[in-house]
Parts: sequence; C-alpha cells; structure tokens
Amino acid sequence: MTMIFGVPMAALMGQLLIGLINGSFYALLSLGLAVIFGLLRVINFAHGAQYMLGAFVALLLLTWTGVNYWIALILAPLIVGTFGALVERTMLSRLYKLDHLYGLLFTFGLALTIEGTFRYFFGSSGQPYPTPPALAGGVNLGFMFLPIYRGWVIVASLAVCIAVWLLIEKTKLGSYLRAATENPVLVQSFGVNVPLLLTLTYALGASLAAFAGVLAAPIYQVSPLMGTNIIIVVFAVVVVGGMGSILGAIVTGYLLGIAEGLTKVFYPEASNTVIFVIMAIVLILRPAGLFGKDV
Amino acid sequence: MSHSDATAAPAPAAVQGATRIKAVILLAMLGFLLLVPMFLYPIFLMKILCFALFAAGFNLLLGYTGLLSFGHAAFFGGGAYFTAHAVKVWGLSPELGILVGVIGAAGLGLIMGLIAIRRQGIYFAMITLALSQMFFFFCLQAAFTNGEDGIQSVPRGIFLGVLDLSNQINMYYFVLGVFLLGILAIWRIINSPFGMILKSIRENEARATSLGYTVARYKLAAFVMSAAIAGLAGSVKSLVFQFATLTDVAWQMSGEVILMTLLGGIGTLIGPVIGAGLVVTLQNYLATSPLPVTVITGVVFMVCVLLFRRGLVGEFYASRIGRRLGFKSDS
Amino acid sequence: MSALLNVAGLNAWYGESHILHGVDLHVNEGEMICILGRNGMGKTTTLRSIMGILRKRTGTITFAGSDMMTMPLHKTARAGLGFVPEERGIFASLSVQENLMLPPVVAKGGMSVDEIYALFPNLHERRNSPGTKLSGGEQQMLAMARILRTGARCLLLDEPTEGLAPVIIQNIGTVLGELKKRGMTVVLVEQNFRFASKVADRFYLMDHGQMVAEFPVGDLPANMDMLNRELGV
Repeated sequence: MTMIFGVPMAALMGQLLIGLINGSFYALLSLGLAVIFGLLRVINFAHGAQYMLGAFVALLLLTWTGVNYWIALILAPLIVGTFGALVERTMLSRLYKLDHLYGLLFTFGLALTIEGTFRYFFGSSGQPYPTPPALAGGVNLGFMFLPIYRGWVIVASLAVCIAVWLLIEKTKLGSYLRAATENPVLVQSFGVNVPLLLTLTYALGASLAAFAGVLAAPIYQVSPLMGTNIIIVVFAVVVVGGMGSILGAIVTGYLLGIAEGLTKVFYPEASNTVIFVIMAIVLILRPAGLFGKDV
Repeated sequence: MSHSDATAAPAPAAVQGATRIKAVILLAMLGFLLLVPMFLYPIFLMKILCFALFAAGFNLLLGYTGLLSFGHAAFFGGGAYFTAHAVKVWGLSPELGILVGVIGAAGLGLIMGLIAIRRQGIYFAMITLALSQMFFFFCLQAAFTNGEDGIQSVPRGIFLGVLDLSNQINMYYFVLGVFLLGILAIWRIINSPFGMILKSIRENEARATSLGYTVARYKLAAFVMSAAIAGLAGSVKSLVFQFATLTDVAWQMSGEVILMTLLGGIGTLIGPVIGAGLVVTLQNYLATSPLPVTVITGVVFMVCVLLFRRGLVGEFYASRIGRRLGFKSDS
Repeated sequence: MSALLNVAGLNAWYGESHILHGVDLHVNEGEMICILGRNGMGKTTTLRSIMGILRKRTGTITFAGSDMMTMPLHKTARAGLGFVPEERGIFASLSVQENLMLPPVVAKGGMSVDEIYALFPNLHERRNSPGTKLSGGEQQMLAMARILRTGARCLLLDEPTEGLAPVIIQNIGTVLGELKKRGMTVVLVEQNFRFASKVADRFYLMDHGQMVAEFPVGDLPANMDMLNRELGV
C-alpha cells in the first residue's frame, strides 16, 4: 500500500475528499453571506437556518408530494429565496439605517425561531434523504473509491460558485450590484430600483444557502440543527477570507475545507477547531483577512 | 421649538426627582431581594441572580463600550468549569474556588480579547463567536470537563469556614451578596474616569483615538473586566446548581445573554437585571411545554430589534413619563 | 408655469441643521442656468433636494409637470432629471465602459455610445481600465458622459470644474456648449463665474440658503462689483 508521510494513500485521499466536500458547502455558504453582506451590510445569521430549510423543503417535497431530487434542487432554493425576500421586505429592510449589529441580532432571532419551529414539528433527530438513483454507487479511481454523489456535490457547488461569480462580475445586473455596494444612493438616483435590488440580493443569498442544503441532504441527516454548527464555522471562513471579495469567499471556503480534512488525517483531535485556529492566526498576521481590503 | 426644548432638558427639580425615585426603587428592590426567598423557590431566585450578574457584566461591554460579543458563554461556562474543578477535585473552599473561576475567565478574556479587538463591529461579533465555539470544542474534548457529562455533584462547601452553603437560604444570601458586589463594581467602573473614556469610545472611536487614548488598550481592559464578571456569574452558578456542563459554554448561552440585555435595555444599569429576570422566568414556564424555548426567544429577539431597541428600561426612560421624572434616555 | 423645472419655497435639512430657507428658482426648456455662491450657502443641497437624494425637505418642486416631492428616488431619473455629483461618483469596482453603461436609458434622444466616445476620445482609449484609475478630469468627463447616454432632459451639474487644470476646464466648456446646441437644459453650480459666464444664460446668487439675486448673462458686467464682494474673490 502506498504511504505518504506515514499515512496510507487511500486514507489521505479519503479525508481530502471529505475536506473538499465540506469545502464545497463552506464555499457556497460563505459566498451567499458575502453577497448579502456586500450590498446589505447585514451578516445573515439565518444563513444556517436557510441551509436547513433547503434540506427540509427537499425532504418534505419528496415525502409529501413525491417530488424528486432534481426538481427539489431547483424548487427548494426558489421557495426559500421567496421566503427570504418576504423577510427582507417586511422586516429586515427597516434596519438598514441603524447600526449594522441590529441586522445581525435580527437574523439571529430569525434563526432561533425557524430552528425552534422545526424542532417542534420534526424533533431534533435527523432523517435520511435517499441518494438520487442516477447518482448512486461509486467508481474506483485506483487509489480510492469515489462515491458518485460526493463527486457530484463538488462539481455542482463549483459550477454554482462560478455561475454566481460570472453573474456579479460580467453581467449588467452584476454591475448594478457592484455599484450599489459602493454608493447605493447614487445608483438609485440613476433610476435603478435599489430597494428591489436589495430584496433580490437577500433572496439570492438565501437560495444559495438552500441549494447547499439540498446538496447536503443525501450526505448528512436532515435535521433542524444541521445549520447552526456549520454557520459558526462559515463565519470563521468569512473572517479568514475577508468580506471584500466574492472570489475570496469561494477560494477560502474550499481551502479551509481541505485544511480541515488534512487535519483529520494528521491530528484528528484538532479537526473540530482547526478552522478557528487558522482564523486566530490570520487575525494576528493579517487582520483584514486573506482577500480583504478594509482594515 | 420651545416645546421640544422643554422636554430635551429636564428641569433641575426633575433631575433631583429622578435621583430620588432611583434611590427609592433601589431600596425597595433591596428589601424585595432580602425578603423574597420566603415566597419563591431560592434556587429559582439564585438562577435569576446569576444570570442578572452575567447580563450586567455583558452590558459593561455592549452598553458602555459599544462592543457586541457573541462569545460570552466561554467566560460564563469557563468560570463554571474552573470553579467546579477547583472545588471538587482540588478541594478548595468556595471563596477560593470562585477566585479561580474569575481569574480563569479573565485570562480567557485576555486571550480572546487580544485576538478579537483587531477587528470592529460585525467582525468583532463573528470572531468572538468563533473563538467561543473553539473553547466549546476544547471543553468537549478536554479531560477535566468530563465531556458530555460535565462536572457533577460539585460540593458547595462552607463559606469562610463559617457559613454552610448547603443550606438553601444561606446559599441564597451568599449569592445575593456576590450579586450586589458585582453590580456595585460595575457601577463604580462606569462612573469612573475609565468608564467615561469607554463611553467616548462607544460614541466615536476615531475621536477618542485623536484625543490621544490608546483605544485598543481600553477596549481590551473592558473586555477582560466583562469576562471576569461573566466568569464570576458562572462560578457562582456552578455552586448553586452543583454542576458545570457544556450548556454553559454553548453559543446559545451567548445568545441568551444578548437577549436579556437587549430586552432589559442596552446601556442601562438595571435593564440587564430585569431582562435576565424575565428570560429566566419565561424559560421556567416553558420548561415543561413541548414548544422549544428558542421559538419564543427568537420572536422576542426580532420584536425587540424591530420595535423596542432601547429595551424595556430604556423605553421607559425615553417615554414621556420617564422624561418628566428626569431620566435621560441615553444614559 | 411654462418653465421645465419649478422650485418654490424649498426648505431642506441635514439631520437637525436647517440648510435651505425657501429657495425659489425656475429653469426654462433648453436654458442653462448657473447658481453662484460661496461654500456652505446651500448650492449642492439645492441640487440634491431637487434630485430627491435629500428627502428631508418641504416646499414644491415640479419637473415637466410632475410633482417631484412625493416621487421615490429611483423614479426621478425616469422623469428626466440627471445628476452629476461634485465628487463625481465613479465606481472603483466597475470598468470605464461599465461605468458609462451603468445608468439605465430613460428616454429616447440620448447620445449613442459612439457619439460619446467621439466627444470624449480619452474614455474610449481607457474603456477597459477601472473607473477610478482615470485622472480627475477624465472622471468628470465620464460622470457627465454617462448621464448624456440616458436621454435625461435636464442635467444637474455640481461644480464640474473644481480642482481641474485650465485646459480641462476649457474642454468641459466645449462639452457644455455642445449640449446647449442639442437643446439640453442644465442647472450648473459653480464658484468659477468666469467659466460659467461663457456658457450660462442666467445666474442666481445664493446666500444662506436663499436666492438673493437673479440676472441674465447680459447683466453680468453690471453685477460684477456685487459678485466680487459676495463671492469674496
């Protein structure tokens, strides 16, 4: 058996794969957070709850109406995005003129409410979501066995991250978004409906979280608590990357996922905390974050 | 114009009135706290007092320095763990055990503070949350905390070798004494020259810097003091309930203390105490209901942020009655 | 009431401070007026209030027959008002071309991109560089150019010559002359009345949040002493 640094090749590759999958979720979630933060200046604490909602909507669509995975992958983000738009329009938008901390506190309350409600109806234990038949099984790569679904998660998240990046950097809508991030009042005086843009941006962020949730459903158990633990890690990812750049959020997400996977191989005790340790080191050496411009 | 002037600056007589009213309320509350264990369960009251102290210490940072920490559970839970360990394993007396808890929490605050004050505002909140989550995992894995089980059957001991704390009423007055000392310490801090500088940092950090203050050092000092008081509250709580568990260091606890402060009134001395009383009472009522407490606390959170950002006490101060009595809405 | 833009009894506030105390002005279709005045007299505030960026205001503002007081900010541009702020407002994260194309076209009759690049050849050369990499003069050109594309009927132009070299100021004068030929209505805020006298039809003098004088460009020589005194030149 091939050994690398005294570790079997297959084990190393296996953990690297798990790291890459976690990284896929970190990247999708921190991308959504960065998009929302860029324009709304709100740290969306409810992002984890929206991720959980995505997984639950997929599960309920399947068990109640028999809607399959592929349709849920489109439908769940739309439903959660619409919910996000309603929240933004009716409540969150009232807080923009205040200290940004109120946005964080409000979305924190929202997250508690959503998660508590789902615990009330569905209990705290997880429920399995079947892997879609088309993606069942795996392939032997020679040095390791790759479950097809996991490969799909990596590909799908990468594709969505690139698509969102292109949307923001290369389209007209994206130029509105970037300009409004710099000076919303001037963009509105040009005749762009900035309040609507804010609503759409929040909806986009929420639906990205929901998309990640549907992707996660067949891998992890669908449970009301699945969002809270991951969101705190994603906050650390966002601090490491710096909120300044969309690309930074994506790249940092993947990198830290891989770093976490490697830690599992070489020093498993620290695998829960490695991202937080990296965050502390980055803050000491480069407070603005790896890709951040502000200090 | 003249109307708004009259309401903006209360007459000296009204200010005096406010001071008098505050004194009367203070005495009434003190009397109430001394007598109330005759009517209510001491354990429930002690829980309120511990959380009230926790929230008041947290408010020292949020209300008077303008820093929102999302990681104060680390200090509360850390204090609880350190004291529980010192009393149970090392066999220390309760006063020394509490001292260990406070020093431990302050040390933890120093480390977390040094890292977190490198960023401001929202980032500060996220960093403190992440660091406290790191401490949570440390407590989950470290040997002395016993992982999921926590430290159980912590002896309350004998205070200063004379007062047997296993007696519920003795314990209550001991907790009340600690609580009052803690509140007095906070009152002294916010009314000292140091407290004035903290408030000027809260109002305008750039100006405080330009006036020559080393803002980072003041923020760190406030952070450590706030952590120490949170640790004191956690230490005492571990003696009251005779255990220290992961619940005390979990992020939900950090959220709860924010809620208590927000509900009662950020930046008011009495607000966090009232907020803690309300939240603990609410949790007590909902403990047996199937509805998770977080549904209610989450809704209260949203309502507070949307409608009552000054909190109950702050809204009262800012109301017409409060202003006529001479309270200032921004104190 | 045949004027394109009518402002009457306009009061405006920044927070608690009361800046405009009953501003009255009107601009006819195709006319170019210039508001003179020292710093802090309310010139910029007047433009921002007309545009609807500053919302704490009372009085009446009508433009092309529409009431502008109740109109939300993102609709004022659609009504035909275009604003070029003093700080120019070029976006750093957008290229020159993206900056130019950013404001939506609100009416027919705006310049085409080719016409704009013919008028501002520098912008064409640098169309792919980030907006804020341009020089101050080029940024001013870009800020004006992007409004000209939209088909706005009335341009609110805040101190376009501020901090620019004489040769660039001359360029801006040429552009304004070109706009006048095309029949564009312009409200120009300027400190430099020598520059303004070459393009403006009519002047207003502003002092402490009010218009204190109004005269056509022909009366400028007669008002020279008063202007020198008022503007402290």
